[in-house]
Amino acid sequence: MELICPAGTPAAFREAVEAGADAVYCGFRDETNARNFPGLNFSRPELKQAIAYAKARGVQTFVALNTFMRAGDEDIWYRGAADAVAAGADALILADFGLMAHVAEHYPEQRLHVSVQASASNPDAINFLVEAFNARRVVLPRTLTIADIARIARQIRCEVEVFVFGGLCVMAEGRCSLSSYATAKSPNMNGVCSPASHVRYVAEGHDLVSKLGDYTINRFPEGEAAGYPTLCKGRFDLASTHAYAFEDPVSLDVMNEIDALTQAGVTALKIEGRQRGKAYVAEAVSTLRKALSATPQERTRLLTRLEALSEGGKTTTGAYEKRWR
Amino acid sequence: MRMATLTLGPVYFLWDGPKWRDFYKKIAHEAPIARVVIGETICSKRNHFTAPYMEEVIVHLERAGKEVILSSPALVTLERESRLMRELIGEATRKVEANDLSALHLLAGKPHVIGPLVNVYNAATAKLLAARGAETICLPPELPFSSVEKIAAITGGADYEIFAFGRVPLAISARCAHARAKGAVKDNCRFVCGDEPDGLAVKTLDRQPFLTLNGVQTLSHSCQSLIGETADLTDAGIARFRLSPQDCDMSAVATLYRAVLDGAMEAGAAAERLEALYPAAPLSNGFHYAREGAAWIAKARTGQHQANS
Amino acid sequence: MANRLLKRLVTTHPGLFERLDDYRNRRFAFLPSDLPFGFVVDPVKPSLRVFSKSTPFAVDAAVEGPLFLLLALLEGRLDADAFFFSRELTVTGDMEAMLAMRNALDDTGIDLTRDLAVFAGPFSGAATRAMVEIRKRVLKEKPPLWN
Repeated sequence: MELICPAGTPAAFREAVEAGADAVYCGFRDETNARNFPGLNFSRPELKQAIAYAKARGVQTFVALNTFMRAGDEDIWYRGAADAVAAGADALILADFGLMAHVAEHYPEQRLHVSVQASASNPDAINFLVEAFNARRVVLPRTLTIADIARIARQIRCEVEVFVFGGLCVMAEGRCSLSSYATAKSPNMNGVCSPASHVRYVAEGHDLVSKLGDYTINRFPEGEAAGYPTLCKGRFDLASTHAYAFEDPVSLDVMNEIDALTQAGVTALKIEGRQRGKAYVAEAVSTLRKALSATPQERTRLLTRLEALSEGGKTTTGAYEKRWR
Repeated sequence: MRMATLTLGPVYFLWDGPKWRDFYKKIAHEAPIARVVIGETICSKRNHFTAPYMEEVIVHLERAGKEVILSSPALVTLERESRLMRELIGEATRKVEANDLSALHLLAGKPHVIGPLVNVYNAATAKLLAARGAETICLPPELPFSSVEKIAAITGGADYEIFAFGRVPLAISARCAHARAKGAVKDNCRFVCGDEPDGLAVKTLDRQPFLTLNGVQTLSHSCQSLIGETADLTDAGIARFRLSPQDCDMSAVATLYRAVLDGAMEAGAAAERLEALYPAAPLSNGFHYAREGAAWIAKARTGQHQANS
Repeated sequence: MANRLLKRLVTTHPGLFERLDDYRNRRFAFLPSDLPFGFVVDPVKPSLRVFSKSTPFAVDAAVEGPLFLLLALLEGRLDADAFFFSRELTVTGDMEAMLAMRNALDDTGIDLTRDLAVFAGPFSGAATRAMVEIRKRVLKEKPPLWN
């Protein structure tokens, strides 16, 4: 079982390698990847150095080019692919068919992974990408149960990677325009969701109110853990009751299900969090690395440590368990 | 240039069978619509509501001269859903509209239509889909005009359609927020989404209307309308304008759009009429201008499109 | 004194600037909730000013929290998000600028003890010593959570 780890900066990259990653994924400092946040990501020379650093330690590097190419500016993405290939990336993680076709044609030897942003959630969808672009691995949406994953893995002709820890998308990834509806910036087009440029925290009495653009996303009474105003994690007025309409501000944690995921035919486990600091990366990667070889009892103890890293201090098994739906 | 036509998108909401049937009968007789996309798109659990009326409705529409396209599911995760998709496409006697990647796989080589829920953001993707048999591509609603223009400039492949009226489909989830809002879960939902034929309002804690729930789908609160932008869009090569059914007089909505396309009505006046026809939601067109989707950009009456025509 | 310190950090860690990108023109405040004074940083000058919290000041973005957390944030030794979620750190103003600062600091690898050691000579002023001392003390009291 491979452990695939996030890195938003070269420092986090080194932490991930040291902490026991089998592969580290990262992106360029521009809109070609879905974590296009200020101060984050890699310049061309930084990526080259990071890949060399990883290779020297037997660790792979996956480069995410997982936004959708803006019409007329396709060259930005094509250049990203060319530079990642030249830098020695072990795989490109792609979402856009146009970009997949380009990579499959120009770099037929390059391993192509299907990003979760492509929203390939069933065997026919995945086999389409395998046949059309020779995709070697698919990162499955976080909307599937373990039973779904096992069934899908049996019917497809590529490897399966799943998210096991970190931020949770409630919506089908790559198919969500909530952010651009409120802020004009979307994951698909700009690589951002609920961008910081539109976030405001306003103190109202003892409450902390979080806003995104023109909209109030949450209100936290004193003493309650606050959350970032990600749209789908907001508290709303629904038929006059106040509730988390889509999902509580929690993180995904299904490491307790490692054995079931292995049996389901999963090749790689992925940690979310390129936007998190190197301390998060070091802690999440080393703990999950230990958990992979631990007994079930030890595993539970190890994983408790990770709760402090989670948004809202809480975790969920998300869609991996059917009741979540 | 060929005169642009109107397409009626699938009803995204859960309407009971008779309401659904009567809606289409009225469309068949009254609406200046060339093409009707029909069939449950959002939730596979809902199929039995409309299935008994499907054949009857299709016959009605076709007798009235409408072209009927069969919609297909937007989110396919369960084995049962995969099976339904394969059956739908395997047995289809009419063209199918793809709303998920699985449909693209099954439709390869057959003439088909791409719905607005498939991610087509650039010409490279559009060309690829056209080469696989797509004849019409309805572009994603969040696409700005600057992108629409560049994609539609590709000729010789598919023709292009734009999401011109309706609450914007913004997201879809394996989880049913609509059922959750009413204390149920998806697997035992008792079809509570049917209680709101125009969706359930999601307001902010300040009671500002924001989003709309429709089962597993999340739509905008505002109603996207590109009725003021039709001239620019047809100049750019857009051949079809999609009207997405809301719980209002869609025949009258279609008549308005037709009048604007024909140059028989001025866009500003049409927008005012539209607001009266569908008062449940404010109009928005921000996506077209690369702004917040919820924004409404009023176009000057002596717009650039008039100078061009 | 404070300015020399910042210049030193900027010279030792040129990547900080590059990563801050357009946000180097913003003005940042670091406000220890357990001290009566705060720090204002203008990366582009570069200037670092200590000011009393009772005097009004204008900044683009500010982060407030216990000193030990601010220092750990400066050195990238803790996951700022986790502390933000638990509301031990509060960010006000331009979130994007502060996010850029956070990410830039996280990559920079500032080590106050090491970076400030050069000041041991002519600049062995009380402030420097105090900071190093504070850092040592707070780290002893509250070891970094996960390093």
